[in-house]
Amino acid sequence: MKEILIDPITRLEGHGKIDIFVDDDGEVADCFFIVPELRGFEAFCVGRPVEEMPRITSRICGVCSEAHHIASAKACDDVYHVEIPPAARKLRELLYSAFFAGDHMTHFYILAGPDFVMGPDAPPAERNILGMIHKLGIDTGKVVIGARAAAHDIVKILGGKTIHMVTALPGGVTKGVTPEERAELIDRAGTLLEAAKFTIDILNDVVLANQAYLDLILSDTYTHRFNSMGTVDENGHLNVYDGMIRVVDADGDQIVTYHPRDYLDNIAEHVETWSYLKFPFLKARGWTGFTDGSDSGLYRASPLSRVNAATGMATPLAQAEYERYFETLTGDASGATPVHQTLATHWARVVELVYAAERTMELARDEEILSPDIRTIPTETPTEGVGCIEAPRGTLTHHYVTDERGILEKVNLVVGTTNNHGPISMSIKKAAQGLITAGSEITEGVLNKIEMAFRAYDPCFACATHSLPGQMSMIVRVRAPDGTVVSEVRRD
Amino acid sequence: MAVAFEQEVSVEQPQLGEWQPRIVAFLCNWCSYTGADLAGISRMQWDPSVSIVRVMCSGRMDPTFVAKAFELGADGVIISGCHPGDCHYQEGNYKTLRRVHLLKRLVAGFGISPDRVRLVWVSASEGDQWASTANDMAREIRTLGPLRLQT
Amino acid sequence: MTIEAEPITAAPTKPKLALYWAASCGGCEIAVLDIKEKILDVDAAFDVVFWPVAVDFKVRDVEAMDDGEITLCLFNGAVRTSDNEYMANLLRRKARVLVAFGSCACEGCIPALSNTTTRRATLDWAFRDSPSTDNPGDVRPQTQTVTEFGTLELPEFWETVRTLDQVVDVDYYVPGCPPQAHQIWAVLETVIDILQNGKPLPPKGSILGAGDKTCCDECPRVREEKRITGFVRPHEIIPDPDTCLLDQGILCMGPATRSGCGALCVTVGVPCRGCYGPAPNSKDQGTKMVAALSSVIDSQDPAVIEQILDGIVDPVGTFYRFSMAKATLGRVNLEGSSPGDTEREEVGL
Repeated sequence: MKEILIDPITRLEGHGKIDIFVDDDGEVADCFFIVPELRGFEAFCVGRPVEEMPRITSRICGVCSEAHHIASAKACDDVYHVEIPPAARKLRELLYSAFFAGDHMTHFYILAGPDFVMGPDAPPAERNILGMIHKLGIDTGKVVIGARAAAHDIVKILGGKTIHMVTALPGGVTKGVTPEERAELIDRAGTLLEAAKFTIDILNDVVLANQAYLDLILSDTYTHRFNSMGTVDENGHLNVYDGMIRVVDADGDQIVTYHPRDYLDNIAEHVETWSYLKFPFLKARGWTGFTDGSDSGLYRASPLSRVNAATGMATPLAQAEYERYFETLTGDASGATPVHQTLATHWARVVELVYAAERTMELARDEEILSPDIRTIPTETPTEGVGCIEAPRGTLTHHYVTDERGILEKVNLVVGTTNNHGPISMSIKKAAQGLITAGSEITEGVLNKIEMAFRAYDPCFACATHSLPGQMSMIVRVRAPDGTVVSEVRRD
Repeated sequence: MAVAFEQEVSVEQPQLGEWQPRIVAFLCNWCSYTGADLAGISRMQWDPSVSIVRVMCSGRMDPTFVAKAFELGADGVIISGCHPGDCHYQEGNYKTLRRVHLLKRLVAGFGISPDRVRLVWVSASEGDQWASTANDMAREIRTLGPLRLQT
Repeated sequence: MTIEAEPITAAPTKPKLALYWAASCGGCEIAVLDIKEKILDVDAAFDVVFWPVAVDFKVRDVEAMDDGEITLCLFNGAVRTSDNEYMANLLRRKARVLVAFGSCACEGCIPALSNTTTRRATLDWAFRDSPSTDNPGDVRPQTQTVTEFGTLELPEFWETVRTLDQVVDVDYYVPGCPPQAHQIWAVLETVIDILQNGKPLPPKGSILGAGDKTCCDECPRVREEKRITGFVRPHEIIPDPDTCLLDQGILCMGPATRSGCGALCVTVGVPCRGCYGPAPNSKDQGTKMVAALSSVIDSQDPAVIEQILDGIVDPVGTFYRFSMAKATLGRVNLEGSSPGDTEREEVGL
């Protein structure tokens, strides 16, 4: 038995390691995805005033802080039983859509892109955004940086700070929009829209046109038939800001559609001894262990699953891309048949990117955002509330229970990536089993391809504008039990 | 002038090896410190577990001093100033009043009994007040026990 | 069979830069990249030799370096687990200059709010009592899990959140949650200037990338030095956009917080919560705030004062929102947390 420990895994947010056990025949006996961090937000928020939660919980993640801030504000609204003014809702959704688009842009190019544009076996020194810019041209770099900056500008204008925004409170938002600012919002939305269209071209020309990549995407090594979760509006269209949470099974049939307040009736979390992160599962199925299929308790919560769970997209360009995506991968443009290839998540991410950019423009053009009526002062006694949102990497749930003064007594959070802990573990294991077999050489590229299995899920990090070249020199030596060197891989 | 005073001696005699409280007292120069002096000159007995720090005004007492005293091993803190209206610097003791009220809430939030922080007004002629304050505080702290700050 | 990865360190060319995150949210890492095109200047001036979020170097590479081989290490995040502590010590040895970067590493930031509760309460809730947790057997994460094929390891989860300088010797501090991009660039530009032009380093222990006044100094609102007769919470009123928030009864940490951020929060209508750390010349943000508030409360009557103070609903969690790890009074002493506990207990009680 030999052990391969990938520690830490890279090009994602947070800490993680992959522990692979290879038996004497050279086959993968088992593989674990371990999350070694825990900070304990749920416990230390007890005793805090609930209106402070948007700014406290944003520190769960510095990349998707907007997701936590706004989900928290929605939970606070629910705690106070207060309806926010329509303009406030639009402002929140506008900010959120812009953030969402920017986040997807950077994941596609900075984290995932290098594996496809440069190739998964490319030398690490080139397998990053700078290598991509060399290959695709400086214009690509400008598009990525420009899109990221545009999203940031919108967040700064409406949220006060780019990282850890501050303006959402129970009852609305503290910052409205002047006509001059609105002109800027429209301009930035335009940048995002152009970037989204540009990304469709990159996807087509560089990824889908490459047969080797297409084979990788469609391969069984990276395929699992999971249940799919996403948020939909009253028309069944994908919505990242608000709606009902819909789960479909591996064949696309609905398991449940639930209101955020009913999340406890629908999902629960399982504990293992080897990770600090829990494993959510569907109560309709119970905990069935690490299995896939319609009868499994596991489900995905990612762009892939969101697009599966929706029946269409609410904006035209996104709808066109949605139809193209499903037509290509399932033969059925309606989207009735779910897509199950994990690496296709990168394409689903582009579908969402287009929607988020279009939605940003729609809302920026909406006259109502100029309204000064952006706050309702809560008057009811606070009790309990739930707020959900689609974080870029999964459905996020904030649940608060307070006393009659609005001081927190209980807090429960189910965070985006957490939903995927089971599926990620299985995706990594299957990739390891597919790539490490008897007689195969364990190259650095092989290890990277195993990492690609989790990168598709975009585990909570978008590395803003740059990833710098890895110039680590390394020798990997595989030794037999008697110490003789069986094989050697050098990178220097 | 100093007046001989009949008062009940209520200083507890410590047993060897028994824990002794450590109490720090911030006394304002003009009223309270003079009052404590008077207690001493009048040979009033007051608990030796109280150590005095003289400040010009009780308003000089930064809340950080109290926290620092606890951090350095004090089990209790007394702050004593001029009676309201009599402050040598006009408003200093009013600031102290508000500070100590808020500080007690902060201290309680840390799980430390707010009775470990005591505010009194002792004038220059109130030696007896000082002595009974010190003794009473020592008794209180003995009941509460040693403060073990968690760091 | 074992696989060994033996790193080769190339001959040094540019000074080496390392960035690491301990118990953090990742925001400081993003903030570094928010200096936008200036990142290319950083790239030109340094060799990045360790940065898990962005670059594929592993811990073993750092372990193989000589002591002091890394010129500059920006360390963000608080110290909560044995892994965090190990990395803090490792990077202290391997780096010439170690910077506590961001509020978590400087004062503890939001993760340090965990010092208001206990590890036991944290773990009991997360793995047993939370309403979505399905764990009838009360299974808990273990530092070691023996499987059929080998042992899986998790780091230990300490009782108390600590700052970087409570664990190792720190050379400089860059405060903020996160440090603002223009401040980060100011610091990096200074460092590059020092390295390339031989200027002297600032005095050890300096706070860089921040001002030497309080947040009030940068605040655009007008201060009328009113006395407060009552406090309101931020969602309870719509404040006047031009007047000091504290004057309007909204608790604002500005007077007890170091300047440097540009007063971003108060500009958009929410009160400062202190993320740039304690004001200059005060090490304890909470007791400093007690002093500041006491000056503005409008009463001399103890009963009225108490009534006014009832409007401050969470003194510890508000005054120490970002600096709980540096509170002079230590951590909150809750029932169940026995005094004199050592910190080093096994996970999995």
